[in-house]
Amino acid sequence: MTPQRKKVGRRITAGRKASRSPEWDLRLYVAGQTPRSLAAFRNLKRICEEHLQGKYRIEVVDLLENPTLARGDQIFAIPTLVRKLPEPVRKIIGDLSNTERVLVGLDLRARA
Amino acid sequence: MKNASRAILARPARRREIPKCPTGISGLDQIMAGGLPRGRPTLVCGSAGCGKTLLGMEFLIRGAIQFNEPGVCLSFEETAAELIANVASLGFDAQGLVDAGKLIVDYVQIDRSQIEETGEYNLDGLFLRLDHAIQEIGAKRVLLDTVESLFAGLSNELVLRGELRRLFRWLKDKGITAVVTGERGEGTLTRHGLEEYISDCVILLDHRVNNAVFTRRLRVVKYRGSTHGTNDYPFLIDERGISVLPVTSVELRHAALREFVSSGIPGLDEMLQGRGFYRGNSILISGTAGTGKTSVGAHFVKAAVDRKEKALVFAFEESRDQWVRNMQSIGIELEPAVRKGLLRHDASRPTAFGLEMHLVRMHKAIEEFRPDVVVVDPISALAHAGSISEISGMLLRLVDYLKSLGITALFTTMVQGSELEYTDLAISSLVDTWILLRDIESGGERNRGLYVLKSRGMAHSNQIREFALSSKGIRLRQAYLGPEGVLTGSARVVQEARERAAESAKLWEIERRKLQLERKRKALDAQVAALRVEVDAEEAELRQLLAQEGQRLEAARTERAEMAGSRRSEARAGAVQTGPNGGGRKR
Repeated sequence: MTPQRKKVGRRITAGRKASRSPEWDLRLYVAGQTPRSLAAFRNLKRICEEHLQGKYRIEVVDLLENPTLARGDQIFAIPTLVRKLPEPVRKIIGDLSNTERVLVGLDLRARA
Repeated sequence: MKNASRAILARPARRREIPKCPTGISGLDQIMAGGLPRGRPTLVCGSAGCGKTLLGMEFLIRGAIQFNEPGVCLSFEETAAELIANVASLGFDAQGLVDAGKLIVDYVQIDRSQIEETGEYNLDGLFLRLDHAIQEIGAKRVLLDTVESLFAGLSNELVLRGELRRLFRWLKDKGITAVVTGERGEGTLTRHGLEEYISDCVILLDHRVNNAVFTRRLRVVKYRGSTHGTNDYPFLIDERGISVLPVTSVELRHAALREFVSSGIPGLDEMLQGRGFYRGNSILISGTAGTGKTSVGAHFVKAAVDRKEKALVFAFEESRDQWVRNMQSIGIELEPAVRKGLLRHDASRPTAFGLEMHLVRMHKAIEEFRPDVVVVDPISALAHAGSISEISGMLLRLVDYLKSLGITALFTTMVQGSELEYTDLAISSLVDTWILLRDIESGGERNRGLYVLKSRGMAHSNQIREFALSSKGIRLRQAYLGPEGVLTGSARVVQEARERAAESAKLWEIERRKLQLERKRKALDAQVAALRVEVDAEEAELRQLLAQEGQRLEAARTERAEMAGSRRSEARAGAVQTGPNGGGRKR
């Protein structure tokens, strides 16, 4: 647990016309800036830009900083992406490298 | 080098056991020689409903209460509220511990339908949650219930296995004593082979149904670096949590007490060297139905409470009130002792629980009440609750347990049929004194007889006594022993009368003989007198004869002298012829 961790609850709101309460509320849980969490964030950003432009908000939660938050969203794997909105809540675990699976997980594509 | 190794071999292995973490669960720490391995994970496995979670929770709760070691439970199956409610039914206030910051229950929900896996991940989230909870309350103990749920929630088994290995390693490094539960698998201890990762200590829980009676068992499969009991130990979950029942003193180390305790029946004490039973011994009273086994037990209890000792009665056939009332009918008043707290009853139907449950209940009652004497009435009733080998195993444990506490125990058992000196439950070798009650049927009556079959360490009576129950209790009588065998009851009375009659007849005979002799003597005297008279008469006659002869001789002499005088005058006067008869012969 190195003290250099920062960007607690980074909030990235994409798209100029993003409203106060965007249609898609996503939260990415990571534990420190590991290559895997950075890759997850990159992959998520790309997918959102491609499919949800202007309708999403990504919040990054670093559990090394805020371990208590892990309980609320029932996080056990890292990284985990939680789709808070639209409901129902969905979870995608892993570095989000498989775009197809992410789209299925986010209900942007029908399950095969 | 050879010498060095020999020196090591020669030195007795120093018993340096690994540090232990007591669970506080009664009996378990005994089996595990102190507790779970401190700072290491222990796997508790078993099939559904065997009590894994409960054991884990009790480990945490007792740790927090008794050993001031806070605990964290990561539950994968039940929510915190459910878990807390479950243990509340066992008398544990988990919520209070949570509020006091001694316990954290964290429910980890893994819902596969909500989860999509893509790419690489690890379980850092879980680690962080656990780490945070441990730090929050300074936990020393952790329960992971059941981590195998992860296998159901996540598909990447490779990742999971690696992460579990890392988790257990991590817990070890933190010095946490952990209980990890696992579901029993087919042919393996756990469904997903957790035993691969947790090899320090493995406890297996099991439950069986025998004769429709449910029995839980516990076994320590493995315990690295420590001695441990290897048997299947029965255990019980009740309103006070888990109790494991170790076979207490298989070593027969109990001290032999030299003190005596009265049986409460004077005649019986008399048969036992005049003093009674040795304190701390086990006594078996066997007999057929209705021979008064319970009454003997009641006398024993009465004697104990009269000495101001505490008595505990386990009754399997009668309720407490019935027991006390029935004993009133033979003049044993036990109610005051009950009121004074000297006597306690524990009545239960043998079929109400499994054998182990009975044993555990008995242990608990004994531990609580700390009696000086214990009566189990009757042990044969337990035959409904298990097989013979199980029962004798149970009784062995009970006898050993009571002996280790120096409690004098009296067991009654019913025997059937003709084989009186044989107990179905094969416990005769376990007991020190065996008293047999038997029916003696004769003369249209059924009477009771009592004898001491064995009594270790004392010269006991070898007699059969008649045993009578009256409103004043048990009385032992000298039974009639004669050529016709043992006579009891009215047969004995008749026999005694008959004997008395025979006795007086004999006296008459002697009297008669005496008289006869007297008569004979008199007759003899008479004869002697008669003979004497006869002899006297003869003597007198003889004397007369002699006298007559004397006179005759005298006369003859005189005559001869006269004749000679006259012949001389004849010769002078002529020749006189002398004939042959002319000599002086008497006729």
